[in-house]
Amino acid sequence: MQQDFKQSIDRALNNANLTGALGKFSEAYKVNRAKAYEGIDFEELRGKIASVKGYAASHLEELSRQFKENAEAKGAKVFCTKDPAQVREYILKVAKEAGVKSIVKSKSMATEEIHLNSYLEKAGIEVGETDLGEWIIQLAGQTPSHMVMPAIHMTKEEVSDLFSKEIDERLSSDIPRLVKVARNELRPKFLKADMGISGGNMACADTGSIVLVTNEGNARLVTSLPKIHIALVGIEKLVAHFSDIAPILKALPRSATAQLLTSYVSIITGPTLNSDGSMKDLHIILMDNRRSEMAADPIFKEAMQCIRCASCLNVCPIFRLVGGHVFGKVYTGGIGTILTAWYDELKSSEDIQGLCIQCGACKDVCPAKIDIPALIMEIRRRLVQKEGVPMLQKSIYAVVNNRRLFHGMLRAASIAGKPFSRGTKFIRHLPMFLADLTDGRSLPAIASKPFRDVFKTITQPKNLKEKAVFYGGCLIDFAYPEMGEALVKILNKAGVEVLFPEGQTCCGAPARYNGAYEVAAQNAEDNIQALLAERADYVVSACPTCTVALDHEFIATFESLGRKKYLPQARELAAKTIDFSTLVKKLVDEGRLSFKEGQHLGKITYHDSCHLKRTLHAEQSPRQLLQKAGYELSEMFECDICCGMGGSYSLKLPEISAPILQRKLKNIKDTGAPMVAMDCPGCVMQIRGGMDQLEGAPVRVQHTVELLAAQLKG
Amino acid sequence: MFEQFKTRAEGVSAEVHRFTTEAEALAFLVDFLRTEGVADAPGQYAVVADCPFLQSIDRQQLEEVAGLWLEVTRDRAAAAKVGISQMDWALADTGTLVQDASAIDKRLVSSLPIIHVALIATSGLLPDMPAWLSEAHPETAGYLAMITGPSRTADIERVLTIGVHGPERLIIVFVDQLGGTN
Repeated sequence: MQQDFKQSIDRALNNANLTGALGKFSEAYKVNRAKAYEGIDFEELRGKIASVKGYAASHLEELSRQFKENAEAKGAKVFCTKDPAQVREYILKVAKEAGVKSIVKSKSMATEEIHLNSYLEKAGIEVGETDLGEWIIQLAGQTPSHMVMPAIHMTKEEVSDLFSKEIDERLSSDIPRLVKVARNELRPKFLKADMGISGGNMACADTGSIVLVTNEGNARLVTSLPKIHIALVGIEKLVAHFSDIAPILKALPRSATAQLLTSYVSIITGPTLNSDGSMKDLHIILMDNRRSEMAADPIFKEAMQCIRCASCLNVCPIFRLVGGHVFGKVYTGGIGTILTAWYDELKSSEDIQGLCIQCGACKDVCPAKIDIPALIMEIRRRLVQKEGVPMLQKSIYAVVNNRRLFHGMLRAASIAGKPFSRGTKFIRHLPMFLADLTDGRSLPAIASKPFRDVFKTITQPKNLKEKAVFYGGCLIDFAYPEMGEALVKILNKAGVEVLFPEGQTCCGAPARYNGAYEVAAQNAEDNIQALLAERADYVVSACPTCTVALDHEFIATFESLGRKKYLPQARELAAKTIDFSTLVKKLVDEGRLSFKEGQHLGKITYHDSCHLKRTLHAEQSPRQLLQKAGYELSEMFECDICCGMGGSYSLKLPEISAPILQRKLKNIKDTGAPMVAMDCPGCVMQIRGGMDQLEGAPVRVQHTVELLAAQLKG
Repeated sequence: MFEQFKTRAEGVSAEVHRFTTEAEALAFLVDFLRTEGVADAPGQYAVVADCPFLQSIDRQQLEEVAGLWLEVTRDRAAAAKVGISQMDWALADTGTLVQDASAIDKRLVSSLPIIHVALIATSGLLPDMPAWLSEAHPETAGYLAMITGPSRTADIERVLTIGVHGPERLIIVFVDQLGGTN
């Protein structure tokens, strides 16, 4: 990772104004967004948008041509180009020919993308941003930190300082007063401007219309007052039909700002008369800038569905800590990482792709149904393909994939670290450059005997009617073998014999999440052979990340590498794979397993592990089981927000992982419950380690499997 | 549909009135302009964009209001406190007004003044956006405008503030018996 990138993260994390403002906003956004979507079938709506935009992405040339024809028939001039330089030249040429001295702009990310303002200013033209947020950052000489709210990183005090300087009068930080200042200052600029430049939220091919969605009213002035209007529209904004704007107009305001509709929607189809009776000079520029290459890519085509609502930023646990500027100068957050990799170049996303913790929160809310985390993974894969796996990582995989060696090394490190674990089950401090790893979180001490050896000592009842292959995963095998023992106890009680094939190895998630797909594919093959060797009714795992690997990612990894050989077996394995809580819930429902009756075990709160909730959609089973066992469930605030573990994420970006964990710990403590349950040993490691270093009465952190095993009947 | 519209529009800070006859609406309008202090002075004008409502009322009552202009110019609109125009449709589920705003006057009076008074025939009510889209003809209307509440921003610290570049008040006046449509 680049040094200056790490520094920009540090700067953002230490900016209390920024993290405070973003934190508050993200909390409010979640509530308001839910309210705005009340009574709406979100899945149906986003299905429609994905289909409308997906169609457009695969018919770009045809729709561009159609748009041009129809808009020109109405009198607009349409210029299509692949090249941002040509866009800038075209606009300057129009401006020069008409003797334009001043331009007013409404918000347009496409103009940010091609750095239009500085280009025009260099040519001696005055360019004024009129969107309040854009004007603020223009005065501050900054770039937008958020696609919808460009100045969200600034406080009212900072804005008041900027405005005071601009109008040469000492202003207070009263927000309505500051807004009034903006109105008064910008009004004369609107009235004198010779040209207006806008973006476009949609462009309808069948009518040649562009659609502008705004709140402040500046876009209406920009498109109405000056005699020349240029709209710069990325070709991803094309839709085939006028009626296609309905689902987008329904989702965009709700997702972007939690409004049912923005104050203004303007639909412009050809020029109209100016107030002096002359005809408006209307130019529409359809800009490609690598969008058609993106649309032609079988995987990244999906990103063309984006409607630029920025909800992926608003729900991102990383964005709310570091803000937009860490991501770059134009497009920020999850989708911004993807757009930067394309509009700029793959290399530009090298650092920022690493910010994604793969929690999946953005995928859940995306109104265009874009699997943002999956596309970021694909960026990682392509980066590794292009630039290779770093040496250090390579040697780590070699160790991880050799189970005996891995455990031996971990164990050796753990014993060498004995002074650090002080006889407890934690490593609280590590020396020197590893110190960050235990900053705010203790690491688990490594078990003396891995589960694979413990398993051999367990005597299971004879003649059980079903068999389950248990896939342990690294953490249960090496750090928490007691979770594996609990699982065997529960399944035996329900009449299921547990098998533990020795040949099982790492699930490949660490390699895959770092873009090393070849390594992940080898893991997949080894596991498929081991896990399918024994005939069993289920393959069960008590780690959601491993479950997702077995259930989805082996297939996905083979597919993206074009390896067909093991695909049928990967599918067979996926069909048998089930997560621990879902299996136990099924056994309880079938009457094969029950808990002690009349237990009152007190309050418990439940932490949703990212993969269990957002990929496996299994968040209800553990809650129901814990309640059946006698616990009283008390939900915490933001129960489904990532704990900051993210596999090796917490090792690579501990400075981001740590504050996410602290927030989670606070939310757990605030429930007053003495116990928190979760279904992922990775989350247990993170949260238990965090609780260990927290002051005050500790909350017990347990995997659901251990809690349930203690409450079995009989 | 009217009640739903009213709830939604008021939810985004618009003010909603309803009258049976054009005469009643006119009386309200004249009274409103007086209350707001419309006068023959820059910053205090009222400007009215040409619309069917004007065709069927006693225009003299309006013309008697000092500072009210029926001929809209850019300068007058920029110096007006109140702008009046007639809208074509109202969408109940979002409290949205829709207008064929191809004529520049309609945009000037609804975007430059501090207050926008929007007249609308109650018969223009539609349930929602898809219902309007099936009636809309962008090919014959160069500028279709939707307005939902007054101008707003939350660009400073996410604090909702009403009235940035457009009107800070939107007064919606439904008239049940409003002859003709745009």
